Amino acid sequence: MSGEREVVIAGSADVVGVRQLVRSVAVEIGLSLVDQTKIVTAASELARNALVYGGGGDVRIEIVTNGPRRGLKLIFTDEGPGIPDIEQALTDGWTTGGGMGLGLGGSRRLVDEFDLVSEPGKGTTVTVTKWSR
Amino acid sequence: MSVHADVARRRIEELLRTHEERIVRRWAEIASAPSEELKELYRALLAALEEGKNDLADVRGLLAELSRSRARAGFAPSDTARAVFGLKEAVYEIVEADTEGVEAARGFVWFSRLIDDLGLFTFETYAEARERIILDQAEQLLELSTPVVKLWEGIVAVPLVGTLDSARTQVVMEKLLQTLVETGAEHAVIDITGVPAVDTQVAQHLLKTVVAARLMGAECVISGIRPQIAHTIVTLGIEFGDIVTKASLADALAHAFKRAGIEVSGGGNARVVIRAERV
Repeated sequence: MSGEREVVIAGSADVVGVRQLVRSVAVEIGLSLVDQTKIVTAASELARNALVYGGGGDVRIEIVTNGPRRGLKLIFTDEGPGIPDIEQALTDGWTTGGGMGLGLGGSRRLVDEFDLVSEPGKGTTVTVTKWSR
Repeated sequence: MSVHADVARRRIEELLRTHEERIVRRWAEIASAPSEELKELYRALLAALEEGKNDLADVRGLLAELSRSRARAGFAPSDTARAVFGLKEAVYEIVEADTEGVEAARGFVWFSRLIDDLGLFTFETYAEARERIILDQAEQLLELSTPVVKLWEGIVAVPLVGTLDSARTQVVMEKLLQTLVETGAEHAVIDITGVPAVDTQVAQHLLKTVVAARLMGAECVISGIRPQIAHTIVTLGIEFGDIVTKASLADALAHAFKRAGIEVSGGGNARVVIRAERV
């Protein structure tokens, strides 16, 4: 795969689809098995967040390079209600949806770069990158 | 309905009747479908129009049949719809040649709308049939993918494969709990070797299943935790608490044996000893 891909997240079947696509791209750029599983799990969390809290959205999957290293960049976008308190949302154990409250904070730990932009009423964008070693 | 529209409609019906032979032939050409089938459909349409009511039940029934048979023959749903729309073209040629005023042209608009509806109906039929197949398969998959197997007297195992969503967890949990009741097993092993990724939702489902089994007096072991899964679970920050987890199903079975007081002495010819006293 070259370039980028965009996938719409509108139902739980799409979360599975995102996971499969991310795994295939992660294999392609040569991430180790542990790193593959980590980025796939993070993608699963963030895709579900976009679906459950953002009412659906989409994800852009890009292959990025930094010198000899290749990386996988995922940009999740939704137009949901947004996150009023980002610090609180990233705190382990905090949830408004009956989950474990580890998805967002856990995803941050699973990837190398994590960026969250959210504006109440406008939606949320989460960008994560995982670099090959 | 205004007088104008009524007259126009009657004119079209008249044309449809008088030129039946020609229209059907032309329609069959355009749609490249057998003319007998179309003739039957055409007759049904005429009969429905004649009765003056908008009762198209017979026509719809025939269309559904046509849609199904064409789908079986490998036609795309758009082909079937296009075949139905072909009738408009066939009728338009007659309307164009009609010299008696503008009624026929006016009526054609009404007729065209009717055919559009019927064409779309074939599409709906197709989509419905598809939907039903998908639903059936999803249900079958739920059934198939959750076996509870007996490993030993008093020890059952659930090998999980694939994605663990809420619906599947529900089925797994129900089946496991039911099996615990039926077999009186006190040890259960949930094997997740076949689960590609354990995220917070999967973990939460697993934990709930274990707690439910515990409430029924059974001890649960989760097995099949591969290195990359262990790594991910730790990084995510999921705590499994006092739930016993093992790397492989064999380890989990050995653990269950120990807990149940079953002793296995290895070697070439393995011997199983079940101790009389229980801890």
